[in-house]
Amino acid sequence: MSAVAVEGVWKFFGDYPALRDVKLAAAPGACLALIGRNGAGKTTLLRILAGFSRPGRGEVRIFGGGPRETETRRRIGFLGHGISVYDELSALENLTLFARLYHLPEPERAAREWLERTGLTRVANGLVREFSRGMRQRLAVARAFLHEPSVLLLDEPFTALDDKAIAVLQGLLRGALADGKTIVMSTHQLREALELASDVALLSRGQVAFHGPRTPEMVADPGYVYARYGEG
Amino acid sequence: MPAAKMLFLYAPAGFAAMLGFVVAVAASVLFLRTKALRFDTLAASATEVGLVLLTANIVAGVVWSRAAHAVWWTWDPAIASALVCALVYASYLMLRRAVEEPSQRAASCAVWSIFCFLDAPIVVVAVYRWRSQHPHPALWADLPAGWPAPLAWSTAGMFALAALLLAVRLRQGTARREQDLQRRMGHTI
Amino acid sequence: MDYLRQFWVVSVKDLRAEFRTKEAINASLAFALVILVLFSFAFDAADLEEAAMNEISGGLLWIAFAFAGTLVLNRSFVRELPNDCLDGLIAAPISRSALFLGKAFANFALVLAVEMISLPVFGIFYHVRWASQFPELLLVLVLGTWGVTVIGTITSALTVNIKLREVMLPMLTYPILVPALMSAMQLTTRLMAGEAIGADTGMWLKMLIGFDVIYTSVSLILIEVVLIG
Repeated sequence: MSAVAVEGVWKFFGDYPALRDVKLAAAPGACLALIGRNGAGKTTLLRILAGFSRPGRGEVRIFGGGPRETETRRRIGFLGHGISVYDELSALENLTLFARLYHLPEPERAAREWLERTGLTRVANGLVREFSRGMRQRLAVARAFLHEPSVLLLDEPFTALDDKAIAVLQGLLRGALADGKTIVMSTHQLREALELASDVALLSRGQVAFHGPRTPEMVADPGYVYARYGEG
Repeated sequence: MPAAKMLFLYAPAGFAAMLGFVVAVAASVLFLRTKALRFDTLAASATEVGLVLLTANIVAGVVWSRAAHAVWWTWDPAIASALVCALVYASYLMLRRAVEEPSQRAASCAVWSIFCFLDAPIVVVAVYRWRSQHPHPALWADLPAGWPAPLAWSTAGMFALAALLLAVRLRQGTARREQDLQRRMGHTI
Repeated sequence: MDYLRQFWVVSVKDLRAEFRTKEAINASLAFALVILVLFSFAFDAADLEEAAMNEISGGLLWIAFAFAGTLVLNRSFVRELPNDCLDGLIAAPISRSALFLGKAFANFALVLAVEMISLPVFGIFYHVRWASQFPELLLVLVLGTWGVTVIGTITSALTVNIKLREVMLPMLTYPILVPALMSAMQLTTRLMAGEAIGADTGMWLKMLIGFDVIYTSVSLILIEVVLIG
């Protein structure tokens, strides 16, 4: 069974098709880098995978289940453009909240553990409102990984990260892959993404222009896929 | 009594408005089941036609009230509940204008259309009960002999008018969607 | 039990966030008090006969409660906009109806708190004895406030992505609330005048309960469509 399966998905905004007959799959343990120009549909596709919107036609499955099912959502970790943590609560309160929402057996312990893994123990009781940008991003990563999801969906995760945050994230992603987790990551930061990716898919105007394993040519020249399969 | 003949405009407009709102809620439910945008266009058109007819109903009531009772507004329960329902459905049209993205707009408005439709009978019951506590001059009491037949014809005529307006609006709405699609496609080239 | 737990987690989260900043509840309380004060300048409470005062008490109170209440209710889903927190809640493995109910309950608690503080102030300014039938009055407050809360919370969810949200919300919430507010006003007026809830006024109570049941059910069923489409 694929970890992530996209079967003939169309997404309409009004009558306009933002995604057209998208077929993709990621095997368990794979890291799929989703690349494409702005407006190609990467974010739209990821949000459908995470269950934030519904496809007009077709289906998505995460380990055989749809994202509308509660069980399936338990297995998904999503990191989007926003950090999805509350400014008025402390780091610890935020993570404990999400631990409870994800029904973890010992919410506070899990929260503290992830604060440590993202280097935020010192500011556990500080309000997120007062955090620096890098700290906010690390907290967002902690929130996404907190419930040990089997599938990680990341929307341009390396964009606007400082060096420390990039290092933390890359370390966590490598660890996740080593644990057999599946990652689908949209990105403009080709170099960082291609280092981790096992597969690459290029979206162009809502359609899949290329889908295949990562090759040495891609690592050598990140712009290779665009040049070969995209509109240039 | 000549002013009472306003009934032939007042009541049919009200009935036709109700018909419009029933079509609107049915279209909204169909949209939620099928996600086909043509039902959203139908719901919007039907609500617009319904609101226009309801406004005609209220204006007819105001004119009638002035002619028969020398006051512009009597808080007669029928016209008072018509006014509240008009405000409720006006809120639907405001919501339509406020949401830009067509799919989001269709979904939100379908939900709100159901809310509005559920409110209408509750409003009517509430206003009638409220007025039963404080009697005031009513717009009309009993239907004189010989009036039911012309009233039925007037209502049928009003239904036909409503259907015509709906067809026109529906055509306009569909053309607009076509235009929006072409424009959006054009942007991506 | 899981459902209750989810509902409780969401509710507590909203209440905790609100008490950190106290923005909405302060604004709401201030607004309610301003309305009460402003109205007292329209007529001199001392001169007004008790009967006349009782007639308007229900209307005045519920106008103050409805208007002040929307300041709290509007923020309900809007507080999830910064940092895309709404995504975090939708992605979580909780039922959407538990999410809605949790938020609605937190709102309900806040608006009810504002009302309980406004009541004594009202009594003082307008020389009205509001505590004479307090249990019944509390019932009416609870039922009426729940109706306002449910509509306010669902419209907050409906309008969360709209630019002109602040302008839209009054137009959406008040017309549809007319039957509920009317019932609450009638009941409150009678209770403050010292009448018990009899066969005559019992129908308003039934209408209020009916409104609450219908709109709570419909909101719970349709919240998923509202949030996800």
